[in-house]
Amino acid sequence: MNAFMKLIFTSDFFYSIFRVTTPLLFASMGAVLSDVAGVPNIALEGMMLIAAFAGMYFSYVFNSALMGLLFAVLFAVAAAAVMAFFTLYYKTNIILGGIAINSLASGGTIFFLYLVAHDKGTSVSLASKVLPNINIPLIGDIPILGPVISGHNVLTYVAVLAVLFTWYLLKKTPLGYHLRAVGEKKEAADSVGISVIRTQTIALLLSGLMCGFGGAFMSMGYVSWFSRDMISGRGWIALAAEAMGMQHPLGTAATSLLFGVADALSNAVATLGWPSDLVKTIPYCATLAGLAIFSIRAYRKNKNA
Amino acid sequence: MSRERSFNMIRTAVSMLVAILVAFVIILIVSDQPVESIKIFLVMPFSSGSYLGNIVETAVPLIFSGLAMAVMFKANLFNLGGEGIFFIAGAVGSFVAIWPKFPSVLAPLAAIVVGALVGMVVMMVPGGLKAKYGANEMVTSLMMNNILLGVGLYLLNNLLRDPGMASLVSYKYRKKALLANIVPGTRIHAGFLIAVLCAVLVYLFMYKSKWGYEIRMTGNNAKFASYSGINVAKVILIVHMVAGAIAGAGGIIECIGLHKRFEWTALPGYGFDGAMIAMLAGNNPLGVIGAAFFVSYLRIGADLVNRSSDIPTEMIAILQSIIILLISAERFLHKYRQRWIEKGEKK
Amino acid sequence: MENYLLEMKDIAKIYGNGIVANEAVNFNLKKGEVHALVGENGAGKSTLMKILFGMEAPSSGTVTLKGEPVRFSSSKDAIAHGIGMVHQHFMLVESFTAAQNIILGMEPKKGFSVNEEEAVRFTEEISKKYNLEVDARAVTRTLPVGIKQKIEILKALARGAEILILDEPTAVLTPQETDQLFEELTNLKQQGHTIVFISHKIPEIKKISDRITVMRAGKTVGCRNTEDVTEKEISSMIMGCEMDTTIIRTPCKRGDVGIAVDKVSYIDKNGVQALKDFSFSVRQGMVFGIAGVQGNGQVELIDLMTKKRGLKNGDIRLNGESVKKMSIQDIRKMQFGYVPEDRIEQGIAGHESIEENMISNRYSTKEFCNKILLNYKKIAEFAKKNIESYEIRCSGGKHLVGMLSGGNMQKVVVARECSHEPKVLIAEQPTRGVDVGAAHIIHKKIMELRDEGCAVLLVSADLSEVLKLSDVVAVMYEGEIVAFFEETEGLNEEKLGLFMLGLERHDEGQIRRAVQ
Repeated sequence: MNAFMKLIFTSDFFYSIFRVTTPLLFASMGAVLSDVAGVPNIALEGMMLIAAFAGMYFSYVFNSALMGLLFAVLFAVAAAAVMAFFTLYYKTNIILGGIAINSLASGGTIFFLYLVAHDKGTSVSLASKVLPNINIPLIGDIPILGPVISGHNVLTYVAVLAVLFTWYLLKKTPLGYHLRAVGEKKEAADSVGISVIRTQTIALLLSGLMCGFGGAFMSMGYVSWFSRDMISGRGWIALAAEAMGMQHPLGTAATSLLFGVADALSNAVATLGWPSDLVKTIPYCATLAGLAIFSIRAYRKNKNA
Repeated sequence: MSRERSFNMIRTAVSMLVAILVAFVIILIVSDQPVESIKIFLVMPFSSGSYLGNIVETAVPLIFSGLAMAVMFKANLFNLGGEGIFFIAGAVGSFVAIWPKFPSVLAPLAAIVVGALVGMVVMMVPGGLKAKYGANEMVTSLMMNNILLGVGLYLLNNLLRDPGMASLVSYKYRKKALLANIVPGTRIHAGFLIAVLCAVLVYLFMYKSKWGYEIRMTGNNAKFASYSGINVAKVILIVHMVAGAIAGAGGIIECIGLHKRFEWTALPGYGFDGAMIAMLAGNNPLGVIGAAFFVSYLRIGADLVNRSSDIPTEMIAILQSIIILLISAERFLHKYRQRWIEKGEKK
Repeated sequence: MENYLLEMKDIAKIYGNGIVANEAVNFNLKKGEVHALVGENGAGKSTLMKILFGMEAPSSGTVTLKGEPVRFSSSKDAIAHGIGMVHQHFMLVESFTAAQNIILGMEPKKGFSVNEEEAVRFTEEISKKYNLEVDARAVTRTLPVGIKQKIEILKALARGAEILILDEPTAVLTPQETDQLFEELTNLKQQGHTIVFISHKIPEIKKISDRITVMRAGKTVGCRNTEDVTEKEISSMIMGCEMDTTIIRTPCKRGDVGIAVDKVSYIDKNGVQALKDFSFSVRQGMVFGIAGVQGNGQVELIDLMTKKRGLKNGDIRLNGESVKKMSIQDIRKMQFGYVPEDRIEQGIAGHESIEENMISNRYSTKEFCNKILLNYKKIAEFAKKNIESYEIRCSGGKHLVGMLSGGNMQKVVVARECSHEPKVLIAEQPTRGVDVGAAHIIHKKIMELRDEGCAVLLVSADLSEVLKLSDVVAVMYEGEIVAFFEETEGLNEEKLGLFMLGLERHDEGQIRRAVQ
């Protein structure tokens, strides 16, 4: 128990919380944007996986982390475009469309991984690039807090900006009004000449954009390679976070942080020698419990009305 | 058969064709001998008894997975927990296949029953949460997948593991616990017969029984079902339990049918397959058998191509997603839909 | 040669599933007139206006606006050409304020964000200009129906609508609110706007319009100056033939109490008191009609009766049993029928056949089920019998219910709910959106049940239906019974309207008679 306490109450641990929350923040903002517009994107997992692969591969091809990031975002947005095409134009059920994209990502990335690296497991044989960590001067020197806030990967800071961006977009801008209107009552938007399909497509593309950053972080910041199924369910956890955050960017960011804590805990206790198979399930148990509690409370609230 | 139904079947067939075409394109791009490879992909699976046997044995778990998903989809539920259930049912069922000394027919039966029970009980978690509290069954079931993987691996590592073997596998199953081979010269086991029987039972259940009626009405319009006096919460729970039992049975049957020990160290990957098969079959349990064979055929084809050229078998996943996208796209070929239906009516 | 502002010539619209909504339709507008587009439910009026407003494309025909041929590819297009539409079911984002709803799609900007102050200012400006008072900052969800309609009209006017299409605007208004609307329309007319008024209420049409175009079964029957036709003539143009829809009511045989509502109070989840000390009883063999503008607690009352909401204060007893102790399954097991307000949302499973839908309330009874397996042969026979008896137009029992017309769909629902000799029937807006022929059949069936001793509770916003079928009438306002009439002789819509608006109220003694 003592060892556990010693492990948790350190700057390192808190630093790791923000590190692991980064992909969750991006993905959950992607979930918020699409859900608000009425097109829940359940392919966050697949889109991040595709982005992670693209980031790794193209940073290797162009020998530049920036190019890797660019292509990661591009590919994720392209996947979102495919999903938008099928679900909005061909009227595929949005859930099934998401399942298809996830399936495509899961198999497709391994397929291409093998083609380029001749390895179905990881891409370590390729010299892919990594996005830089940023040491903030002055702040980094503050005792205790400094090492927690400074020194993160650039995308971690971008993730925080992404939350603010999402909040601002939805609450204050005309596009945000359109997204909300289309999600709440699409006939209302239609009646004033707003194209529902166009607006929902934008929502999905924005969602893809977020996943692009999230996925890029995984293979170019969290670790420096691509490995099969490396997103490990973070896309799904982000969906749970968004459900619990009631579609609100700030609430969702808060629940994402909560799940980030669970993830960081899982990593930390693994070093204590607890059975690794069971320890790895901590984030998922936390998500399951969180979602269960949330649903129970919502149910009770409704019942008492 | 109504023109509407026949059109949907044609649309399904076209989707399958498009998928095969895409397979061709992939083979063309990647392989050094595209024409050879395409021939291998399409024809070789039929070329020998043992390959045909492969198709059948590969279809068995797909049938179970497809049936489980078909029942779910019919109820308009999107639980993707099949993967985890297969895994944990296999792991727990393995205990029954390894240690207790049951006589010949009882041994595999006991294992299967345990597997089904495990699946049923586990599915009650996402099922119950959804039934009573409306919790999103997709997310809960996917979380369960990861949790069950962890628990199953823990069991394998700490209880089932055979220390005498170099790789991570369990102790050997008792001979009597294995499913009998029914076609000599192949690896086709009795599980195939069980799968077909299961499909028939599920069909009768869904379309002829009163519970099936409740499930179908709930899936069609839950508010309507509730208003009509159907206990929707009970239906949701039952659907989960039935699907869990089917998937659980499928998991352990795959283990004692095709393997001699519990060997899975990762999720076996039947979850999404099941979803696709259910869709191909229009959620019809009998259609699931045919759809499972089709997917199995694609897999064996991809396997064979992989052996001779360097194309990864994951190409199947790409085909899978195309099939899912096209089949569920209501507007796919919709311009032709009207003409087809009208032509039929004019006759 | 008249100079028409708008001319729609030879319009046809055939839908993908073969339904012919419009055929050779001609419609024109003169500038500055109020033109009524009249016809029964399903006559094709909404479709025609959807074409005009760019929401649908005509299969053939031409539309000419101010002398120029036009083809609208979307509502945005129509709006740009000065056409605005106020739909029957409001198209407002409930979580937005009035101002936000009005400027949606044409938001005033301040840098990257929406200029909310300007939105409010603009709303207040046009509100004054057209004399349609709305509180710009109020959240739409909290506003009453009459105000929401004003917002819808302002939405159209704010976008420069010269032609205003109003689709059944008075369906949700009391007679007095309707008068106010007519004043507003006259005002707009004087300011030079042209108005298309879609309705099937003949007295209103006579009052407000200059010309009338009548549609029936997808075709135009004729176009007349309002002053040149009588109500009877309009009615026969709408019906085509003289359809006798009178219902003869035999004297009421009051039996035991079938439905007893006893001092029910209910507060909904927004803290609004939807029902206050509500009490009445319905005896077997009578039709108890509840009149009232929608939104005065009717939905909550029926939800409490059918277990969609939990009853805590007061009691409701069906056939003597309290609903507090029963689940909806238990209630269904008693002989109970319920025709819900929203047939699509609750009343049917659209992708299933008529047969499957017909037995949803009795699938596990001995008649259709032998413990486990359903007897589809019997089910098919039962469906066939009902199809004939209710004259449901379909291709047989396997026809998907979702593909039927509104009237036929409703017949399936009514057939199911009424064909097992229910002792209690709740009918909620039973003929809304249903054509005259189907409505008449449904009315006859309700009366049959009443004659056989069923206790019928009829809740309807259609006053003529309430007056036609009910033995007694209660008026509901803000969760209370404010009036109770033991006879419907001499009652008319005008009189009831005062009670519906809460402007008049019976004394307590009279109201308590509702419990007898």
